[in-house]
Amino acid sequence: MASHAIAGHDDGHAHTHYTTTGLDNRKIAIWAFIGSECMLFASLISTYLIYKGKSLVGPYPHTEYTDAAGKVFPAILDIPVTSASTFVLLMSSLAMVLALQAVQLKGVPLPANAGWWGRAQRSSQLWLFVTALLGATFLGFQAYEFTAFVREGLTLKTNLFGSTFFTLTGFHGAHVTVGVLWLMSLLWIDRTRGLGPQDELVVDIAALYWHFVDVVWIVIFTLIYLIK
Amino acid sequence: MSHESKSTHAAAHAHPTGATYLKVAVILTLITVIEVWAYYIPVLVASPWFNPSLIIMSAAKFAIVVLFYMHLKYDHKLFKALFTGPLIIAGATIVALLFLFAKISL
Repeated sequence: MASHAIAGHDDGHAHTHYTTTGLDNRKIAIWAFIGSECMLFASLISTYLIYKGKSLVGPYPHTEYTDAAGKVFPAILDIPVTSASTFVLLMSSLAMVLALQAVQLKGVPLPANAGWWGRAQRSSQLWLFVTALLGATFLGFQAYEFTAFVREGLTLKTNLFGSTFFTLTGFHGAHVTVGVLWLMSLLWIDRTRGLGPQDELVVDIAALYWHFVDVVWIVIFTLIYLIK
Repeated sequence: MSHESKSTHAAAHAHPTGATYLKVAVILTLITVIEVWAYYIPVLVASPWFNPSLIIMSAAKFAIVVLFYMHLKYDHKLFKALFTGPLIIAGATIVALLFLFAKISL
């Protein structure tokens, strides 16, 4: 597959912007952007960890809280729901990488004995759609979680946990939203004029952003949801 | 574009196959299942090794996605530097702040 992808890649780069390193400046830019995003999320994660356990009033993430009036607030984090949304986001990364592979394989003849999987691997529209759908599903889980928390009495202003939790996961959700819109625009381009090997870098850049959003969630899931 | 640039560019695009991507997805799912399973075992949660184990598993998932799905394992060293440099700074910042605010100590 790799050799096919390379062949297709070399044919279609009439308008690329190579630097003296031999690398496309757009790909250098997305990696530099991702590097800067690491530091943005590090600041948000640090803030969450510093204030962890310092809330004066509940609801609390992992333990029950009873207020002065005797009202009991159960531990607010819903691990089964978040585990499902984590699985959805992990699978969206698989779909994204398959979308990139499908674009790389465009123009490479399909073997005569190719089965359904072989044909499916060539459909960039299918994998872009699946990725966007899974991303939107993750956002649905997050909307459900946020509204459930507000119903149970946890808002951005309730306590330090609420402030840091909503800020961190809200920033992540905003990144996922941008990613879903980006994927939908790629899907629209694919449906109108078709994405080919000449578009590999465009899809690769979107894929790098999407995978980064996934790895940030991997960290958030462990630090916020699983570590008590 | 020079021949050297072309070969550099091509070498940076040797990607794994669809089967490898599927295996990676299975590994990521298994690690996540183990993490969540451990969360519901009180003996494990009470163990001093619980939090370090979760962090190691999370770091493993992080590395797997970056190396295989983001293709950093196969990509140019400049991209590796652009990612790992800020990542190290970010990690060091988190650790330094946790020390500063006495969330962890030696």
